[in-house]
Amino acid sequence: MNKHGANGFAAQSQQALDDTALQSALGHAQSGFVKKRAQAIAMVDEFEQLKANAQAAKRQALANLAPLLEQFEQNLIRNGGEVHWAQTPQELNATVMAIARNANGRRIIKGKSMIGEECELNAALESAGFDVVESDLGEYIIQLAKEPPSHIIAPAIHKTRQQVAELFRQYHALGERGLDAISDLVGEARTVLREAFLTADIGITGANVLVAENGSIALVTNEGNGDLSATLPRVHIVVTSIEKVVASMEDASLILEVLARSATGQHMSAYTSFYSGPRQAQDPDGPDQFHVILLDNGRSEMLGTPFEPMLNCIKCGACLNHCPVYTNVGGHAYGWVYPGPMGSVLTPLLQGLDAALPLPNASTFCGRCEEVCPMGIPLPDLLRQLRAQQHEQKREPRRWRWGLTLYSRLSRHPRLFSWNLRLSRAMLRWLPQRAWPNQRTPIRPSGDTTFLEQWRTRAQNGLKNAAQNGPQQGK
Amino acid sequence: MKNNHMPDQAKRPPTAALYITCLANSLRPEIGHACVQLVESLGFKVDVPLDQTCCGQPGYNAGHRDQAIAVAKTQITALQGYDWVVVPSGSCAGMIINHYPRLFDQDTDWLERATRLAARTRELCQFLEEQGWHPGTRPQHRTQHAWAYHTSCSCRRETHSHEQGHRLLLKAGIRLAHLHDQEVCCGFGGTFAAKFDPLSSRMGQKKLAAIEQCSATGVTSADLGCLLQLQSLDRSGLSFCHIAELLAGTNATERQS
Repeated sequence: MNKHGANGFAAQSQQALDDTALQSALGHAQSGFVKKRAQAIAMVDEFEQLKANAQAAKRQALANLAPLLEQFEQNLIRNGGEVHWAQTPQELNATVMAIARNANGRRIIKGKSMIGEECELNAALESAGFDVVESDLGEYIIQLAKEPPSHIIAPAIHKTRQQVAELFRQYHALGERGLDAISDLVGEARTVLREAFLTADIGITGANVLVAENGSIALVTNEGNGDLSATLPRVHIVVTSIEKVVASMEDASLILEVLARSATGQHMSAYTSFYSGPRQAQDPDGPDQFHVILLDNGRSEMLGTPFEPMLNCIKCGACLNHCPVYTNVGGHAYGWVYPGPMGSVLTPLLQGLDAALPLPNASTFCGRCEEVCPMGIPLPDLLRQLRAQQHEQKREPRRWRWGLTLYSRLSRHPRLFSWNLRLSRAMLRWLPQRAWPNQRTPIRPSGDTTFLEQWRTRAQNGLKNAAQNGPQQGK
Repeated sequence: MKNNHMPDQAKRPPTAALYITCLANSLRPEIGHACVQLVESLGFKVDVPLDQTCCGQPGYNAGHRDQAIAVAKTQITALQGYDWVVVPSGSCAGMIINHYPRLFDQDTDWLERATRLAARTRELCQFLEEQGWHPGTRPQHRTQHAWAYHTSCSCRRETHSHEQGHRLLLKAGIRLAHLHDQEVCCGFGGTFAAKFDPLSSRMGQKKLAAIEQCSATGVTSADLGCLLQLQSLDRSGLSFCHIAELLAGTNATERQS
């Protein structure tokens, strides 16, 4: 995790802007996401309808969250699985460890999970003596690099190919194997991970959707690593959060319809699997134990507040890929696991307003995030509401608080406002270059005075002319 | 010429108030004159209410809701009594049209006034196209300069009038260069540019790089904020000109050519 967390955003974003390797990595990857999403959406005529369907399903689910979660739990128990509830990340981590210890498991293989990241599960497991290997290629890379993810679906997007090769050289016994092509890198990771899959006692995955009507979890991946993590080890633990539940398989399919298109520009992810319990007598394989841990961590408190729409988020990453701030600084600048517009809303909600003061302000309100969000989350508006909370709790920098207050006060008094503008014009006219930020040249006002003053004069002269000229105008 | 004027009593010409915006008012007054000329050419009696100040967006976007409400009331009062209110900025027009009504969700009287104002407020390009503007008797030649049209995020996502701006420019014979990544923000964002200057600068520089790539020699937009953001970062001597001036033919760059 970043040393200063989200409050270090200004310095961290400056660092990111100066990091040429990061800039090159971001440039390549981001344009790809944007183009692929646009193509995928252009290929379906009714994408707006698909979005509306997914949103309706989610809205319904949130309106019935408690009963749906209970139904999910009952059905999962009926399937032979176990449900655990975790209020906090600490509870989730402790539950994972208890399950692992009860099963005499020490070697853990993990599929990618943002809930795992939110809880810093790996660090907790490792410090308790468990062996953890991330099996998603991106997660594996950042695990080697000991870094947090910088994107919610492409965790190692900030790494160039050369940096990945360097990591593999450092940590793998490479022998004769070369790492020149991307396929070499993938092959290298596959070789190492295969061993980890086959020897793991415990598999941990996330979940994209929870289905109440049959107690299943949907898991979407592109590498198949999630499925190997889920099915090969003796114990499958799903770490997920309460807002992911929907009523039915039908509703789950509505969400999956928009998820892959928005995330990676695919119609469907390469692997979409449903897991509903441990191995049954007639099954050829599967885990002996199936556990689902449901994290709350502040989510239920968002219900019924203006921030409830944030619970609609399906973690597709489209808002990150289209954000002019995220695409320029990458994910680490945001200081925690959720970056981009969704992170700028979620981080203060989950970690507290004070833990992430710059984030709600780090937006131009260009509105592109809301435009591409398949779940219709009004992200700029939620950011504005967080700014309002900062204002109410007197958490904004004092010069902004008073500067903007003064400007608003002046705006209520046309006379004062006009004097102020004329004063500003005079100042801007003479303000030396050195008073401007380095990269900018001064903006100088044009004309003799403000437009309203010019208009006032014109109106007065017009009246004068009219009085002098009498009734015959415009001769 | 097709005029969708509001039904007017007797022979009174329809009235339009120009809401100049605080940026244009203080820094680029010539935009105001171009707007007056454009709206008058459609047969409207144009007035510029002298009690207008700022739409209140700086405070509103900073979360100063109470102050934004107070400012909005001042503007709503200043702008009452006109058939139309024309705003040469997607950002300020969007504030009045989309956000004023939301400020008064607890106050039915003001909500009604805000809603009425929103209904007759238009971003300049929106207004010109709806009212059937055409370049009239102005010599119709293709401009010498190739202009990059920066569709501001507010025109694109608040007033949805960026395509109208594009069509008007073509109608006026403005030669347009094909600008890539038009939907990407220029990095202005009001106080964002001051709060996060390095980041804002980088975003602006990327926009300028795209403009240079399309070999435009000038940049036009319906939002002065974006133009000033880019102008302050420009190193290659581009011309910057609000769309009102290009349409009215009052822009110095084009007049010299």
